[in-house]
Amino acid sequence: MTEPLIELEDVSYRYGDTAALEHIFLTVEQGEFWAVIGPNGSGKSTLIKLILGLIKPLSGQIRLFGRDASDFREKEKIGYVSQKSNAFNRAFPATVREVVRSGLVKKTGLFRRFPADADEKVDSALAAVGMEEFADRSIGDLSGGQQQRVFIARALISKPELLVLDEPTVGIDRKHMQSFYNMLGRLNREKGIAIVLVTHDVDTVSELVTHVACVNRSIHFHGPHEEYSRQESRIRSEWYGHAVRRVHHGKKAADA
Amino acid sequence: MISAIFDYEFLQNAFASGLIIGLIAPALGLFIVVRRLALIADALSHVALAGIAGSLFLSQNVTTLAALNPLYLGIGSSVAGSLLIDRLREVYKSYEELAIPIIMSGGIALGAIFISLAQGFSTDLVGYLFGSVSAVGREDLYTIMAIAVITLIFIVLTYKELFSLSFDPEYSRAQGISSRALNIWFMIVTALVVAGSMRIVGILLVSSLMTVPVAAAMQIAKGFRQAMFYAVIFGELSVLGGLVAAFYLNLAPGGTIVVISIMILLLVLGGKKLAASRSAVRNEEVGTGEL
Repeated sequence: MTEPLIELEDVSYRYGDTAALEHIFLTVEQGEFWAVIGPNGSGKSTLIKLILGLIKPLSGQIRLFGRDASDFREKEKIGYVSQKSNAFNRAFPATVREVVRSGLVKKTGLFRRFPADADEKVDSALAAVGMEEFADRSIGDLSGGQQQRVFIARALISKPELLVLDEPTVGIDRKHMQSFYNMLGRLNREKGIAIVLVTHDVDTVSELVTHVACVNRSIHFHGPHEEYSRQESRIRSEWYGHAVRRVHHGKKAADA
Repeated sequence: MISAIFDYEFLQNAFASGLIIGLIAPALGLFIVVRRLALIADALSHVALAGIAGSLFLSQNVTTLAALNPLYLGIGSSVAGSLLIDRLREVYKSYEELAIPIIMSGGIALGAIFISLAQGFSTDLVGYLFGSVSAVGREDLYTIMAIAVITLIFIVLTYKELFSLSFDPEYSRAQGISSRALNIWFMIVTALVVAGSMRIVGILLVSSLMTVPVAAAMQIAKGFRQAMFYAVIFGELSVLGGLVAAFYLNLAPGGTIVVISIMILLLVLGGKKLAASRSAVRNEEVGTGEL
């Protein structure tokens, strides 16, 4: 039996006096596709930062690929696509190729040059997200959706077993959003890459995900997607204090 | 001019130094610009002023230090300033830019005190403020060469990390690239390049050689490598043109170099606009204008 990719055991985190996450238990196994949903300010992004090792938990334990997160060095096994990738400076002079290749930086190692086959790797990572023709274009000239695909390619180039995405579709129009999510579904099914996706669009991804975690400071629900569907109205009413149907979370969170 | 270079050692020194800083200042400057640290070069050059003025004062008053090359104290204070900026940025994490005016004014203040102690501006000092064609000695040239070697090794060895950190700091940290150590080295190398360049361009104009050629390059480059290539070309053109003009017209090279680099920037901007309007006209004629 292989180790779970992510294990959180009774993890808590706070910013100053404000509790961000309390007593989180979560296990992500190989090949699973998790949607992490929750209102704004519910601690979803904190959860992602903890998984990535950008911040350390106040209490509890995080294991990545069976190792304690603080000892975990094989960062190339986790591909990361942030929300902020969308907000980078569009005037930054970089080609798509240069951006995707930077996903190999850690694997290559300090003071070393990129391996000779780096260009082939860039091409195949771009092909996986349907962006191979754009390799030599300037990153700033692409649309938001195309840029986000490039950032997926940057995450894929180190051949990760797990992709972590923090609201990757912010600023992408609905039409491209669906094809973006479908692409994630393909990566999950065909390449067996496990995915943890923080999202507001639970309805858009419901066909693709295998598991759902509902976060609002603590995890209100985590489990297989079918079970989530059965309990959806109960979970949502717990969050917002009243029964809500399928609504866009961003707006409702303000009065939660 | 060419024959003059072979005849006069001071011209050899000036042109060799100029060619070197025309390479390293824009190359490192590209990273400085994309990381939005352009003002740091300015702050460091003013800290270097404190070191230069202090050294000139000491050499007037302490006989054993009479022969001390002011460049060394200039380099020392600039490097110390870079480490201080780094510390202050840690202390004021949410107001990082606060470090720059603090260090900059501190540098000018110390410089002002030493200048008054040394009873005002000497021709030496003016040479450091605006650059000089005639005052670059062999020792200066060797120091600048050493700085260039350190800078080029640093850029070559950490190019991919610096690129990744500049483009997307959070992603780089998630990848496990340690930004802290790299940032400190980056600041130290910046301080070295600033101190090395001021002999030619002058303290007051050092930062422009690190930013203006880059600004022009970013207008036309598609990628990072290309931007660095253009920035170095523009930097070299500015330095060479500026030195020739300064020599023949007896002007301060800092001024001529920066004016030429700004002219190049304007030409690039104008050329780009012209090309854009031309292609728009062409598209209209053929009827393939984008909707």
